[in-house]
Amino acid sequence: MEQYLIFNDLSYPILSMIMLIPTAGAILALFLKSETALKWWGLAVTLATMAASLPLYTHFDSTTARYQFVELRSWFPDLGLDYVVGVDGISVLLVLLTTFVMPLCVLCSWSYIKERMREFIFVLLFIEAAMIGVFISLNTLLFFLFWEAMLIPMYLLIAVWGGPRKDYASIKYFIYTFAGSIFFLAAIIALYVQAGTFFLPALMDHPYAFGFQVWIFLGCTIAFAVKVPMFPLHTWLPAAHVEAPTAGSVILASVMLKMGGYGFLRFCLPIAPAAAIEAVPWLLALSLVSIIVGGYLALGQSDIKKLIAYSSVGHMGFVTLGIFLLNSHGIKGAILQMINHGITTGALFILIGIIYERTHSREIGVNSALGTFMPLYVLFLGIFSLSSFGFPGTNSFVSEFLVLIAAFEKYPLVGALAIPGAILAAAYMLRLLQKMVWDKSDGHAHHGHDDEHGHHGETGHRHLFDLNFREGGTLVFLAVFVFWIGFYPAPLLDMMDVSVTHLIGQIEAGTILEGTSHPIQALSATPEAAVIIDAQPAPQF
Amino acid sequence: MEPFVSAKILLATVIPMVTALLVMISGNKPNLRESFSTIGAVLTFASVMALAPGVLRGETYSLTLVTLYPGISVSFVLDPLGLLFAGTASFLWILASIYCIGYMRGLNEHAQTRFYICYAVSVGAAMGAAFSGSLFTLYLFYEIVSIFTYPLVMHHQDEEGYDGARKYIIYLMFTSKAFLLPAMALVYVLAGTLDFGAGISAGIFPADADRLLAGIAYLLCLFGFAKAGIMPLHNWLPDAMVAPTPVSALLHAVVVVKVGVFSICRVMLSVFGVDLLSVTGLGLFTAYLVSFTIVAASVIALTKTNLKARLAYSTVSQLSYIVLGVAMLTPHAVTGGLLHIANHAFAKITLFFAAGAIFVASGKKDISELGGLGWRMPVTMIAFGLASLSMIGAPPVSGFVTKWYLALGAMDINNMILLGVLLISSLLNAGYFVPIFHKAFFGRPLPADAAATGSLERRPLVLLMVVPLFITAVISVLIGVYPEMFLNTIALMVGL
Repeated sequence: MEQYLIFNDLSYPILSMIMLIPTAGAILALFLKSETALKWWGLAVTLATMAASLPLYTHFDSTTARYQFVELRSWFPDLGLDYVVGVDGISVLLVLLTTFVMPLCVLCSWSYIKERMREFIFVLLFIEAAMIGVFISLNTLLFFLFWEAMLIPMYLLIAVWGGPRKDYASIKYFIYTFAGSIFFLAAIIALYVQAGTFFLPALMDHPYAFGFQVWIFLGCTIAFAVKVPMFPLHTWLPAAHVEAPTAGSVILASVMLKMGGYGFLRFCLPIAPAAAIEAVPWLLALSLVSIIVGGYLALGQSDIKKLIAYSSVGHMGFVTLGIFLLNSHGIKGAILQMINHGITTGALFILIGIIYERTHSREIGVNSALGTFMPLYVLFLGIFSLSSFGFPGTNSFVSEFLVLIAAFEKYPLVGALAIPGAILAAAYMLRLLQKMVWDKSDGHAHHGHDDEHGHHGETGHRHLFDLNFREGGTLVFLAVFVFWIGFYPAPLLDMMDVSVTHLIGQIEAGTILEGTSHPIQALSATPEAAVIIDAQPAPQF
Repeated sequence: MEPFVSAKILLATVIPMVTALLVMISGNKPNLRESFSTIGAVLTFASVMALAPGVLRGETYSLTLVTLYPGISVSFVLDPLGLLFAGTASFLWILASIYCIGYMRGLNEHAQTRFYICYAVSVGAAMGAAFSGSLFTLYLFYEIVSIFTYPLVMHHQDEEGYDGARKYIIYLMFTSKAFLLPAMALVYVLAGTLDFGAGISAGIFPADADRLLAGIAYLLCLFGFAKAGIMPLHNWLPDAMVAPTPVSALLHAVVVVKVGVFSICRVMLSVFGVDLLSVTGLGLFTAYLVSFTIVAASVIALTKTNLKARLAYSTVSQLSYIVLGVAMLTPHAVTGGLLHIANHAFAKITLFFAAGAIFVASGKKDISELGGLGWRMPVTMIAFGLASLSMIGAPPVSGFVTKWYLALGAMDINNMILLGVLLISSLLNAGYFVPIFHKAFFGRPLPADAAATGSLERRPLVLLMVVPLFITAVISVLIGVYPEMFLNTIALMVGL
């Protein structure tokens, strides 16, 4: 098992620490009473976790695809359940994304959460530990434990601190995710029966028959497609986003959706490569539908939060598109897109929370024409909106462009079909931006039923105060990443490079090994067949 | 020759951005604010001119700021084509920023700080486009221009302003997302890089690149740069005329539309290369495509009675001359086309300046109201007349030189159709410009104005507008009489 691992040689067990700090923090939070103390405690714990995770970036060895910072403890030998955690170039970025986003989740809840602060901080810190656990587990059973451990606190976050339709949204979220994970559990048990281990790298190297791979692939894909979410399993997302408190939306968008993409990369592709290749046309088609349907639905929303929620479906469609193009540009683009979506969409949800605290409405019409009164707010709204639709010089452009390059390289038609998604993204974000910054016409339309709140049209916004220091700081922090990744993504791409190459190697090796059991694979995988294919005249135009 | 690596070529992009910041800070002190704006313009022009001697000696400057991904970088290059565009645009910014003071104060416009900020950023981004060393950099600045001109178009924030601006951003964003984005991806897939090639013939594609995909990428670029106003994607331009006139003048005659045309020229010459375009026949196809725009836009211009609308359609028509020249792919024609970047800029900004000055001084927008105005605003109308001659292509004004080279180019490739297009469009140009001039001096004034006499050009604020437009008109004539400076610059590019 050691050939896959590089053991942690830092002075402290870093991966366990970044799980333990929030866990211990969560338990200690139960003993605090004062709301202010709780907030500061939450901030301190998440910041400490973030600081503790920094060596993952500075000490990461990007020349190897092996898992690093590994800790291995025998736990339940009879079951083959070891406590084994480690990161490679794919998961390390997602761990960092998680630890960096969490302090912002505390900050954006500062004045938003008005009740049950103790429980809120507890749930928030508990979720952080579980999410990190998902990304660092190298044992499928451990992965599943953390996966399920996330479910309940996230459910609570929506059900307790959510909006008016929180019951509906939280139960829908629970049912979708839980139903998906049942299939995943079946898959990991089947893998255990077949390969006799829960150890993930060993499972990746074990050869499986094509028919078995298909079932494994289907089981995992349903669980991850719900999480991403991919059309047609996306309907829980807008409901959950709209009802969740700001911190819940940020966690959901920035980290939890990434678990779907991560699952595809960690389970579906390396364990069932032959099945994955067979499924490529279907998954590319579903990704394209997600991109376009997400964008189209976003265009019609009048609720800002719903708009961003649907935009997430589109953005995550680019992630799955990149993953299932199965080439280096595509998978790198997909991983980077996951990070970028975490930054940009997280920031947009924070912005929505900020305006909701001021006007108590998420309607575009009520929140229109803010330009004159909240210039700073509008500045950040502009930056993150542009980033959201892939404006050059911002983070999302790099990742979307990599995915597009991958698509045009492999199937130009797929690339061409993804373009409407990019157009729609520009359309709904610019529409949102235009109305929120300048438009007055919608404000008048809402005069009637908003009178009791006393805010309508332009004059109603005069009392609004612009960003305070806490809000501004949060957004500046994220904006730095928008431009850093937008202009200099090389450090992040370098970190994932070798791991992505290794993953592609695994897929190719898997198809050659398993190819014999499937005629189409055998044809394209053997060198002779490749020669035959090459010898055919290239299509002339 | 190896390009010099020099950070100096960033100055022309950075100075306007800094100017925008200073304008923002000094927002509540109009005099300071507008001094910053004007000084920024002067410094920008100076920074471009500081590099000119080197370029004219045949040197090129380059700088790669960051590499995003192998082959995709933010990089800058200064070559003769970039110098021509950057020099013209930054010089006209000086005059425009003086003109702005007169216009914006004369009409007591609101949100002037926002106006000056966006104005400066737009010019800075256009400088960045002129100095771009890669398709990605060009795209980056092209998009910044789109975003920052949006508030300028909807400046009045009335129904008409919002509608025009919406159309503007929809046209520009749609085309850049729908066409430019896939074009860039295709170019990257085919060539493995987005950096511009050296020279204008070879392009950046390997010899065995798929011709069909390259052709598709080319067409996507041609329509993707919708700022160039090639039909059928020209329709945003007339509606964008709801903007204040200094915007129409500098941005919609020089900066914005020229960024579009410049981008197309740049992509034709430095990405696809003359060789590929002539082998595939795409050059000639482009020439016919823009010929239609030249004639059709002129015909539409004839039907417009609003002065700015007529100028807008004239712009659509004239921009296509530039693309036509490059598309004919002969040294003479390319010279004519590139020269027209400068020629059209000086002439068209004069015309827009004049339209704005007339509006501020007399409140008139429609051609039918101009009767007899020439006697009350003689300098303005004479400048207008000179610029019109340039549009028509009559000597001794600069437009003549353009037409001369374009005609030579058409004869080089023995294409009588294109030569015919040039002649017909000249007639049409005369058809819609001469009546304006005639009306201004020999037309009957409106009954309401019949009694009014005396010069309208003596008010100080109007004078701030008349002087710049007089200068640009004179320069138009000077270029017409003495085109050597520009010709020498272009000769370095096309090797004539």
